[in-house]
Amino acid sequence: MTDPTITPAAAAVLVLEDGTVVRGRAYGATGTTFGEIVFNTGMSGYQETFTDPSYHKQIVVMTAPHIGNTGVNDEDSESGRIWVSGVVVRDAARRVSNWRADRSLDQDLVAQGIVGISDVDTRFLTRRLREAGVMRAGIFSGDALTDGAGRERPVGELLAEVQASPTMVGANLAAEVSCTEPYTVEPMGDFAGKEPVATVVALDLGIKGMTNERLALRGVRVHVVPQWSTFEEIQALLPAGEPHGVFFSNGPGDPAAAEHEVSLLRQVLDAGLPFFGICFGNQLFGRALGYGTYKLGYGHRGVNQPVMDRTTGKVEITAHNHGFAVDAPLHAVSVAPHDAERTDGTSYGRVAVTHVGLNDDTVEGLTALDIPAFSVQYHPEAAAGPHDSDYLFDRFIEVMTTRRPVNVPDEALSALATAPQQES
Amino acid sequence: MPRRTDIQSVLVIGSGPIVIGQACEFDYSGTQACRVLKEEGLRVVLVNSNPATIMTDPEFADATYVEPITTEVLETIIAKERPDAILSTLGGQTALNAAIALDEAGVLEKYDVELIGANIPAIQKGEDRERFKEVVARCGGESARSHIIHTIDEALVAAEDLGYPMVVRPSFTMGGLGSGIAYDEVDLRRIVGQGLHYSPTTEVLLEESILGWKEYELELVRDSADNVVVICSIENVDAVGVHTGDSVTVAPALTLTDREYQKLRDIGIAVIREVGVAAGGCNIQFAVDPATGRVIVIEMNPRVSRSSALASKATGFPIAKIAAKLAIGYTLDEITNDITQVTPASFEPSIDYVVAKVPRFAFEKFPAADDTLTTTMKSVGEAMALGRNFTEALGKALRSIDKPGVQFHWDGEAPSGAELDALLEQIQRPTEFRLVGVQQALRGGATIEQVFEATKIDPWFLDQIQLMNEKAAAIAAAPTLTEDVLRDAKRHGLSDRQIASLRGMGSTGEASVREIRHALGVRPVFKTVDTCAAEFAATTPYHYSSYDQETEVAPREREAVIILGSGPNRIGQGIEFDYSCVHATLTLAEKYETVMVNCNPETVSTDYDTSDRLYFEPLTFEDVLEVYHAELAAGPVKGIIVQLGGQTPLSLAQRLADAGLPVLGTTPEAIDAAEDRGLFGQVLVDAGLPAPAFGTARTLAQAIEVAENIGYPVLVRPSYVLGGRGMEIVYSREQLTTYVHRALEAAHATAVASGTMLAAPLLIDRFLDNGIEIDVDALYDGEELFLGGVMEHIEEAGIHSGDSSCVLPPVSLSEDLIERIRRSTEAIAKGVGVRGLLNVQYALVSDVLYVLEANPRASRTVPFVSKATGVSLAKAAARVMVGESIADLRREGMLPATGDGGSLDLHAPIAVKEAVLPFKRFRTTTGQAVDTVLGPEMRSTGEVMGFDADFPRAFAKSAAAAFGGLPTSGKVFVSMADRDKRAMVFPVKRLTELGFEILATAGTAQVLRRSGIPATIVRKHSEGRGPDGEPTIVDLITEGAVDMVVNTPSGQGARADGYEIRAATTATDKPIVTTVDQLGAAVQGIEAILSGPFAVGSLQEHTAATHARLDREGLRV
Repeated sequence: MTDPTITPAAAAVLVLEDGTVVRGRAYGATGTTFGEIVFNTGMSGYQETFTDPSYHKQIVVMTAPHIGNTGVNDEDSESGRIWVSGVVVRDAARRVSNWRADRSLDQDLVAQGIVGISDVDTRFLTRRLREAGVMRAGIFSGDALTDGAGRERPVGELLAEVQASPTMVGANLAAEVSCTEPYTVEPMGDFAGKEPVATVVALDLGIKGMTNERLALRGVRVHVVPQWSTFEEIQALLPAGEPHGVFFSNGPGDPAAAEHEVSLLRQVLDAGLPFFGICFGNQLFGRALGYGTYKLGYGHRGVNQPVMDRTTGKVEITAHNHGFAVDAPLHAVSVAPHDAERTDGTSYGRVAVTHVGLNDDTVEGLTALDIPAFSVQYHPEAAAGPHDSDYLFDRFIEVMTTRRPVNVPDEALSALATAPQQES
Repeated sequence: MPRRTDIQSVLVIGSGPIVIGQACEFDYSGTQACRVLKEEGLRVVLVNSNPATIMTDPEFADATYVEPITTEVLETIIAKERPDAILSTLGGQTALNAAIALDEAGVLEKYDVELIGANIPAIQKGEDRERFKEVVARCGGESARSHIIHTIDEALVAAEDLGYPMVVRPSFTMGGLGSGIAYDEVDLRRIVGQGLHYSPTTEVLLEESILGWKEYELELVRDSADNVVVICSIENVDAVGVHTGDSVTVAPALTLTDREYQKLRDIGIAVIREVGVAAGGCNIQFAVDPATGRVIVIEMNPRVSRSSALASKATGFPIAKIAAKLAIGYTLDEITNDITQVTPASFEPSIDYVVAKVPRFAFEKFPAADDTLTTTMKSVGEAMALGRNFTEALGKALRSIDKPGVQFHWDGEAPSGAELDALLEQIQRPTEFRLVGVQQALRGGATIEQVFEATKIDPWFLDQIQLMNEKAAAIAAAPTLTEDVLRDAKRHGLSDRQIASLRGMGSTGEASVREIRHALGVRPVFKTVDTCAAEFAATTPYHYSSYDQETEVAPREREAVIILGSGPNRIGQGIEFDYSCVHATLTLAEKYETVMVNCNPETVSTDYDTSDRLYFEPLTFEDVLEVYHAELAAGPVKGIIVQLGGQTPLSLAQRLADAGLPVLGTTPEAIDAAEDRGLFGQVLVDAGLPAPAFGTARTLAQAIEVAENIGYPVLVRPSYVLGGRGMEIVYSREQLTTYVHRALEAAHATAVASGTMLAAPLLIDRFLDNGIEIDVDALYDGEELFLGGVMEHIEEAGIHSGDSSCVLPPVSLSEDLIERIRRSTEAIAKGVGVRGLLNVQYALVSDVLYVLEANPRASRTVPFVSKATGVSLAKAAARVMVGESIADLRREGMLPATGDGGSLDLHAPIAVKEAVLPFKRFRTTTGQAVDTVLGPEMRSTGEVMGFDADFPRAFAKSAAAAFGGLPTSGKVFVSMADRDKRAMVFPVKRLTELGFEILATAGTAQVLRRSGIPATIVRKHSEGRGPDGEPTIVDLITEGAVDMVVNTPSGQGARADGYEIRAATTATDKPIVTTVDQLGAAVQGIEAILSGPFAVGSLQEHTAATHARLDREGLRV
């Protein structure tokens, strides 16, 4: 057990691009880190959050005050490493208590060189980010915080370093988090060892382990392929005559910078292949259809976001991690704008915003009504997060098996055009 | 979907009197429900027998029935009001059981009235343990292995399968009543026996032991479109085996990974759907094996519960309010989140702080009771605190409890060696002091593993307690108190008082610590409860303090009035005081910005929209001072109200005034004048008012001298107490000696705890035998006295006024006497210097009106008086405290233009208040019921009001509401003390005329027979069974052969028989009469019942009738 009264943790300083300076204690590795600072309001699931590749190059402020209580285990990580570039917590656990814990979070942060800061007013930071929007930040501790003479470096110097660090807009980060070699996840659970119900090629833009697991538990064989894969490579993995489809995962970065992925997706759609996208995959689907994307002020990051599935009228509580969103008409069925730019006689046809975030009316899901393709902005794999959106994987399997568009009832479509929206 | 259009009127059923396991959280939920339904334009009909509730204020419903919650009465109300629907999920187990009974009696069908919120099959699936197990299995969850049994023999068979220890849970009881853990066959027979009795279906579940597992609760809400959200997760710090109501709990869950939490969530959602809670809330409890993670679903409540109140206050998500909206058809996405105003209610709150709840117990009131915490809830109240980490929240919650011995301390040497071993042994048994034992053991060097072995408290929590010990050690070791060391200690929940004690700074140390702290700029900031961890801006100023960076208190322009609430419920200080605080805030809001400070999550006062601002804070001097400081920085402050929340805020008055805070209303000096025997005695002398001979003593010798000058019996008590704490009637020098040793100790402990009353003297009064006790609530503005009400006690003087039943208007007091009471009260009010409320207790003996005591504050009876007379005394008092006069209030119509509560007209309805006692909750260590005899120490948890045209009917109603009613036929056992034998003859004779069979012990039977009353002689308990197995009276009572027991205890000695009789009666839930006066009232009540069914009348009808009468007589302006 550590005794902070005997060995007080070293100082750390968090500096925001706008000049906000917060002092705390070093947590995890010491040194310097930069990234876009964002906040996550989940009360559980720090292990899944920190290992989610979508957080690549982001410093995450956890609003839950106690982090690390249940340690880290070998089962719950969403990828092979911690991806966040820094962690900001209020109270770091001194002692791990959970029957599945293999080690402490602190140990993992140190081992993987992740710089963090604790004992800071995380609520103050959250309010600041809510009002000012996300921005760049840096954490400085240990030698990075002091000059050669052991004195703390001037704040101005630290701020200058933060302001010189790269921004997220225009960043194409998916390649950095993607797997480098294709791999296959075979059907699991009740389906282990059986012929797959369907075969999916998943483009790894930062895919989470639980996405593969949820598909595999439904009898799906998943071929995960790198971000730079070609259409031909993907097509080669799809078994003819058997149900199959293509999946685009979540991932970090600005969808406006993902030209390769968008053109790849258009090839997939043009081929009439069933498609499902999550998060970054939803933004890419939107762009492939010809809609724009934009950066949200402070994004959605947490596990309590209400989303209405307008095909059923039901509200699901969902896990979110996105800073960008698709700009598509909420109150009408629209024709994919990309169709207007085309001369090859093909079209994507009508598109409905089938999932809406009830907190702020953001587009949370798109469904093509004439081709077998749909996507959601949030995380139905839900790790961390609630399992309300599980049904989307079943919906994908149905689309793959029938090769028909998602069945959206007519009354849902007409309601969509007239539905009274939550006042905001 | 929008609100249903087929419902125009709704009957809301309340939860009746405050009892253990069902406290003011249901006033909170019911008030919310009534507000919502009225806002929606529905006609609201409310039934609740508890006059101390806010919900029974006439403005919250269209028709308010303060009537017994019985099937017969409910049917009468339904027949009269013809509501379209009944909402029964917001009134606790009482309302749910009432709804089931209405269904079974065919009333719902007969009047075509629909249950909304939950339907009968859902209630049964949730509450019936066997069916619930099937539900759990269908949801993919596991239940503990178990057997349902209906007899003791079946239990013994089941025991062979399950093995000991095993858990015993009766079906359909509240607060775990009748449940327990059986470690062997003796336990099993005893607990199952009780359980079979308490279960309305004579059904008990025996279950494999999961003692020591981690315990969790989820609060869920479901709407009619099948959307389900989890509002809050709650983790019990105490492991399975301690009722969740008696556990220290935290929110959110702190020791689960996301996967484990989501598993509970998945099961919870599946269960609420499978049970079929149509539209509303439910609570589901889980046990998790700390070694393997195996999850067991313990139980669910298909209704709003105590935990939902806690979850609402913990998250800012108003479960009861939302549940009421869902019940009338709205879906979650159609309801706006009040706090953000921009997001919908269909979400799951995220909180960025830690909430700790600590229960408050009252074992000191029941010295014979076993204080081991088990699966039967025994706590009488709770305090909640919020902090930005666990240690801060826990430290604040513990000091909110306002009771000696429950806070962490570092006094004396840390336990070591044999002492530590003994402590580790001791903390295996859960009690209200166990957490302090844990802290001491860790302080003494016990390892977290050792303490975990002993208590099964999760090591993470133990480490946090150890962290507090380390911070304390750092404070003690610091050469000087620097900013860093102070901030670190405050960040982990240490109070200024604890820091002073650690520094050995003596009795004035707390002030010195505060001075240093303030000089160093170490002050708390105030954060906001916003449901969303700051993701969206909050519009409701619901604050808690924390030692952190940024404060969120907004500036304001209007002048503020700060109202101090009453803290955790306890016996003697409960919902009645919350009632007064809420009334004050409601009326002052017109002219001031109202600021409420309280730490009781069950109350209406801690609802975020009751006051303009809410500070969920401990009611200690330190915490109140910081709130004042923050509010003064925000804008002008008119002052602080301490008189309405009971003794807790009152005891801070002098220190707050000394610190320069403007205390409104009666000055602290005047409060002191009423409390101080010498000063008060002078007030009485000056006014020429008689008081019983008295004296004060600080030592045993003094006490004996005083007592013997006055002559025994004497009434002894420490000064500055509420609820008659430590008050006893003492008959001899020997008894006095025992008492003095005990009481001086207690007084000293109290002094240490609150810091206001060092070396409080003992008060010794002549005990007035056979007096009529009279209670008065009055209002005084310095010029005019407004007599709120005069209450005549039904029991004679000597029984604490809180436990005594009383009647208003006083049925047997003459106008002349009331005039004397008015003059005396006015003289006291003037002499003391009251500005606001005053409660005076008198005893009338031989036509002399003795002043027993005066309390210049809101009393327990304020809500009763207000309901009975239709005048809101608390509102008027608040207005007087901010400077308005009674004449102003008369002009405005807040008070009647002429007359007052002492001049009620002849046709005014009669209100009877009856106390509700918790005796059946408590058992001695050998499993016997505790003694039920009433005395000068208050032990009731709640009260009911019977309201009717005459006393007998009102009394009968109060009995029906308080304890299931008086019998109308059968056997009455009578056993009287010698002094009462003469007085009993007439009422007992009347009972025989009414057809009752009288049983009596030989002595009493002889007196009765000589008076021509036939009585059957039964054997005394001490005689044992007869040669042919003739039963004793205790056997007969236990068998249920006796319908009412009349037993007046003799003053001293030979009490054992009486004790056995009363205990057996309590155990079988039969009415018990312990005074002659009560017997007279009971006989009148029985006659009233026999004369026909109860008629019902709403408060609004009573008021309308009164106004009509006054108009006819030209008396209303």
